[in-house]
Amino acid sequence: MAAWRSRRSGRSANAAKERLKLVLIHDRTDLTPKAVNNLKNELMEVISRYIAIDPEAVRIAVTQDGREQRLVADIPIKSSTRRKIG
Amino acid sequence: MTATIVTITSGKGGVGKTTTTANVAIALAELGEKVVCIDGDIGLRNLDIVMGLENRIVYDLVDVIEGRCRLRQAMIRDKRMSELYLIPAAQTRDKSSVSPSDMVRLCDQLRDEFDWVLIDSSAGIERGFRNALAPADIVLVVTNPEVSAVRDADRIIGLVEAEEKGPAKLVINRLNPELVKRGDMLTAEDVVELLAVELVGIVPEDQSVVVSTNRGQPVVMEAKTKAGQAFRNVALRLQGQEVPFLDLDERKDIFQKLSNMLRSGGD
Ligand SMILES: Nc1ncnc2c1ncn2[C@@H]1O[C@H](COP(=O)(O)OP(=O)(O)OP(=O)(O)O)[C@@H](O)[C@H]1O
Ligand SMILES: [Mg+2]
Repeated sequence: MAAWRSRRSGRSANAAKERLKLVLIHDRTDLTPKAVNNLKNELMEVISRYIAIDPEAVRIAVTQDGREQRLVADIPIKSSTRRKIG
Repeated sequence: MTATIVTITSGKGGVGKTTTTANVAIALAELGEKVVCIDGDIGLRNLDIVMGLENRIVYDLVDVIEGRCRLRQAMIRDKRMSELYLIPAAQTRDKSSVSPSDMVRLCDQLRDEFDWVLIDSSAGIERGFRNALAPADIVLVVTNPEVSAVRDADRIIGLVEAEEKGPAKLVINRLNPELVKRGDMLTAEDVVELLAVELVGIVPEDQSVVVSTNRGQPVVMEAKTKAGQAFRNVALRLQGQEVPFLDLDERKDIFQKLSNMLRSGGD
């Protein structure tokens, strides 16, 4: 009911803003969501050769800082690595 | 005297570049500045009719560049102002008749005689845009608070940066306060956050723009219009003055007037 109403009028500006945010990031970097995904897979492959990581927890995103774009990767390391070394 | 060259451009067409150029030029002239506008939209001449000077054209920009007349001869003086001139675009030629270096040379000639040179660019990223960008000291990007216009504005702002003419400054035109209030139009803050450039104008959607354009008397000549006031503020900001943005909420205006009236009545 609420969803039906909001689709007709009101709050469409929020949708515009969110959609623009995403599209501008990709326009500015020439990176499609698919390319980001490929990058993520290859990055994980390389990193896994050196250190054990949890593939499910890896996060890669292009973020905006003023007009600068930044590629941010958050790659948690599996705790078992530590035990093995020690 | 050494003029500041301001190029008015946009990604998407029809967002209000010509309207902005005409109004800001008149506002600057009203502030006592010496101003010349150049219609850079070769083949789609428009600034002349918006300013109400269409009947006085003899020579145009391409005539100057190709040496068929002297620069002075192509400058139409707007008699309503003390120091406002227009160099019209050629109507029957295409954009390739002018090169970026032609524009740089022309503007260098104008620099010594004026305070401001305003160039009305064509929309998009082709030759007309390159021509208008080449001599610019300041680039004003005009957009509407609407998805495709904002997206295209972002592209232009990026190109301006790449050409080392940035950071561009932003004019948001045709903001509809009622739609904003309802949550159905991007707010000026939203647009600034998305594009991340300095804002120098918020111009409301205003029917007086259409009416005054019909008459060839840009809206800034009418003291009381909201759009006119908004364009005047753009001129003041270009001069380096700090001017607060207008409160475009009509209903709040009425409410404030009403409560002021009641308050003074109760005294
Ligand atoms: N603030 C406003 N309120 C109402 N109408 C407006 C406003 N600004 C511009 N317009 C109208 O929008 C139309 C397009 O404006 P304008 O010609 O200035 O755009 P432009 O960016 O120069 O277009 P082009 O890309 O074709 O050169 C005109 O009819 C104009 O009167
Ligand atoms: Mg135009």
